[in-house]
Amino acid sequence: MTTDALFTISQKSKPELITITFDGKALTVPAGISVAAALLVGGVHEFRSSVVGQVPRAPFCMMGVCFECLVEIDGVPARQSCLVPVRDGMVVQRQIGAAHLDEGHTGEEA
Amino acid sequence: MSNQQLTVVGGGLVGGAIAYGAARAGMRVRVLDQGDVAFRASRGNFGLVWVSSKGGNLPRYARWSRDAAKLWPALHKELLELTGVDSGLQQPGGFWLGFSEAEVKARAALLEKIDRAVGDVPFQMMEPSELKQYLPGIGPAVVGGSFGPLDGHANPLMLLHGLYAGLRQKGADVITGVDVAEIRYDADSGQFEAVASDGQSWKSERIVLAAGLGNARLAPQVGLHAPVTSTRGQVLITERLKPFLNYPTNKVRQTREGSVQIGSTSEDVGLNDGTTTDKIEWLARRAVATFPALARARLVRAWGALRPLTPDGYPIYQASTSCPGAYVATCHSGVSLAAAHSFVIGPWMCGFSEAPPNFDVFTGDRFLDPTASFSHDH
Repeated sequence: MTTDALFTISQKSKPELITITFDGKALTVPAGISVAAALLVGGVHEFRSSVVGQVPRAPFCMMGVCFECLVEIDGVPARQSCLVPVRDGMVVQRQIGAAHLDEGHTGEEA
Repeated sequence: MSNQQLTVVGGGLVGGAIAYGAARAGMRVRVLDQGDVAFRASRGNFGLVWVSSKGGNLPRYARWSRDAAKLWPALHKELLELTGVDSGLQQPGGFWLGFSEAEVKARAALLEKIDRAVGDVPFQMMEPSELKQYLPGIGPAVVGGSFGPLDGHANPLMLLHGLYAGLRQKGADVITGVDVAEIRYDADSGQFEAVASDGQSWKSERIVLAAGLGNARLAPQVGLHAPVTSTRGQVLITERLKPFLNYPTNKVRQTREGSVQIGSTSEDVGLNDGTTTDKIEWLARRAVATFPALARARLVRAWGALRPLTPDGYPIYQASTSCPGAYVATCHSGVSLAAAHSFVIGPWMCGFSEAPPNFDVFTGDRFLDPTASFSHDH
């Protein structure tokens, strides 16, 4: 789900724009930033649901430590979105609960 | 409540379980815990509640481990009802998995020997085809295994948390940040005094040394002998995964929350609780050989923990004869034995019950025999 963004990109920087999708919805975001930053700028508040309590989660540390920002990227579940740069055409999905070892879980870098 | 005061030196799983057992039996209890500078084995172990293959050279220890596993559900239930803390106990039985025929044969002989000597330590050897009915994910490297119906696992951190919550409920004092340097005994008053390195001290009629590696230094001060050394266990943790492993195994277990814990090494490296790349690689390769799908799992943590070990690998439980009221308790398997420590050792060390039968085999004095040599299988 997307609502008003909590973060914005400075208009002064005039970034190159690319398009990704989150849960099927297209988001136009600056190139060269992380998936997590792109989703935050795109107004995404709920990145995943937690494993045990199934409650909404969003990024906390933005530096690869907290594992709160997990999303599915191009079919690979439970990626740390703060560590993955956005790429045009990237397909991002909300991560629902824990990752499954059988579901295209290659662990390869996108 | 008893008029006597018991001091437990050491607030890990061994000290915590004995202290809880003492407090629930009506003793006035004080726990002195060293704090975060300590080598906290209780915060770094593998979390198995294990019976199979324990006590191959000491049937009393096999029986003790079996009895402890059978007492565990009562401790789990009591802590849950008293404190709301869930120790995560699951006892569905557990598997040992072997990579060579020789290993599997030796395993069968060991389990047969223990069951014959002790009785009621059941096991079942299985071929890979049968193992796959329980563990569908095993790889071709697994050539055989054993199933122990008494085996299980728990969450060691939640157990420790539950014991501490239980201690508070029972009115015990838990004092942290205390580095106990000296134990004094005054024969006239029969009082012990635990003296910290900062000069603070606490008096009591009874004292239990459950200080893990620290017992080696403290025990001789009250006429006891506890030559404890350390073994390092390195462990790997994966991201949380959907459940795929319904039973704990000797190499890999999946927690109820979904993390897969991969263990563990056993290294003689002195007081170094770090991790090493070569051991992390070895653990990861072994886990993937056991369950090939784990190649796709991401690791999020690795740690090393120092676990106490005696020269023969078996516990030390002993009452002091020269300083009556002083006891030592030290063991490698603080999770497996937790319920026995609460329900049996606690009351004994309060003076509320006799020592368990045939417990002389666990005295630390066994290591004083200059003609004996010791080895352990850890």
